[in-house]
Amino acid sequence: MIRRRSHYSAFTLFKEGLLGQVGWQPTWASPEPKPAYDAIVVGGGGHGLATAYYLAKNHGLPNVAVIEKGWLGGGNTGRNTTVVRSNYFYPESVALYDFALRLYEGLSRELNYNIMLSQRGMVVVAHSEFEMEISARLVNAMQINGVDAELFSREQVIEIAPAMNARPDARYPIFGGVWQSRAGVARHDAVAWGYARGASHLGVDIIQNCEVLDFIFEAGRCCGVVTSLGEIRAGRVGLAVAGHSSVLAAKAGFQLPIQSYALQAMVSEPVKPVLDTVVLSLGTGTYVSQSDKGELVFGGGLDRIPSYAQRGNPPLQEQVISGLVEMFPAFGQLKLLRQWAGIVDIVPDSSPIIGPSPLPGLYLNCGWGTGGFKAIPAGGWLLAHLMAIGSHHEISRPFDLGRFTSGRLIDEAAGSGIAH
Amino acid sequence: MQLISCPFCGLRDETEFRFGAEAGKRRGTASSSAEEWANYLYFQGNPKGQTREIWVHLACGEFFMLERDSMTHEIHQSYCIRKEDQK
Repeated sequence: MIRRRSHYSAFTLFKEGLLGQVGWQPTWASPEPKPAYDAIVVGGGGHGLATAYYLAKNHGLPNVAVIEKGWLGGGNTGRNTTVVRSNYFYPESVALYDFALRLYEGLSRELNYNIMLSQRGMVVVAHSEFEMEISARLVNAMQINGVDAELFSREQVIEIAPAMNARPDARYPIFGGVWQSRAGVARHDAVAWGYARGASHLGVDIIQNCEVLDFIFEAGRCCGVVTSLGEIRAGRVGLAVAGHSSVLAAKAGFQLPIQSYALQAMVSEPVKPVLDTVVLSLGTGTYVSQSDKGELVFGGGLDRIPSYAQRGNPPLQEQVISGLVEMFPAFGQLKLLRQWAGIVDIVPDSSPIIGPSPLPGLYLNCGWGTGGFKAIPAGGWLLAHLMAIGSHHEISRPFDLGRFTSGRLIDEAAGSGIAH
Repeated sequence: MQLISCPFCGLRDETEFRFGAEAGKRRGTASSSAEEWANYLYFQGNPKGQTREIWVHLACGEFFMLERDSMTHEIHQSYCIRKEDQK
């Protein structure tokens, strides 16, 4: 069932301007849940909505429901710092994250929805000879894996981010860095809304304010979900609930190798353009970019206390902000506008879990930790493949839950120097 | 700044503490299977709400039990880990 939608274009905008803006269709429909679907996706964030979209688009399965306990994109999709990149070390990770980045590159056109992808490049700044050696190793690995990467000298870093603290007596002197030119930022809400609009157009039911309370078990299989709006049955259920994966896994009767932590982000008051790239410092662990509105968007490491509270603690705010001021002394004059946190699902090897769960009929897309936003198109594509075909896509196979038993971990914390 | 009570040093700043692991796990032996080792090393309940965890006070270096709420960050009690073993 194809739902009608307005085609977004300059011409439609002009036409609606002349006709009084009365012809716009709702961006997505909000139907009542049906008693049964072919497939259910739990979680209406980027990954869940992308899964539903690709189930309908790639696999011709439009009889799908997305069930969200709050509002679309109100979890980590709405709380991240919008950076997209694929500067990872292991071939498995590069295959996954660069697949996501390539899908992002065509996503605005694919969805007819401007996700405001801005490939402004990202530099990971190194502050010692030793960090430069690790940076060279990462650049070599990325190039071998077919991803654009360049080892920047001190002069190149200062040229790309002239506001950075380049004084000779700086606590974290600039030695150089890793540059990925295809990295950048995208509008996070637009990614969720674009996928929601695309999925709804293809016939997917998007059901908000509906919490999954339990699963329906029959003959040892998952046959649907019990929600706050009643039972909804489906032969295949996909979980894309990030930091709450363990809570739903417990209801399904198994555990995951996940610990939930709060990850904070902050924005400053808006200022004129001062930073036209994304900067991450290996020394301070703080990363920063400037939004289109002029706000400096920045964040850092995890709060070290396992948590489900969607708020951060002051000690880490202090650490992140002092890191920012150390990197960009001029930013010390700015006022903080907002601060928030999302609950991220941290896995021991800092790589996601995509694959069948121990409960037949239930599939997992979790463990993205602090980097889920950049992977949304791939996470959705691969979970849809799993749910539709019943077996792994070649890209998702290494990320199966079984790697924790086999010992074949993909340790990106060590590989690409993730700060947490 | 949240204060956490170390059973040995009393109330101290949260920055002096570090989460260790969920309490109640039993280390395997040489005859344990790969599944048992995976469960011990990686898999956990990660509960939302009441938790019972092993923490370490970095200042004195002692590990101890901490019962708290992972949703509200409320701390219920902390106690010496050795007493736990004697139960």
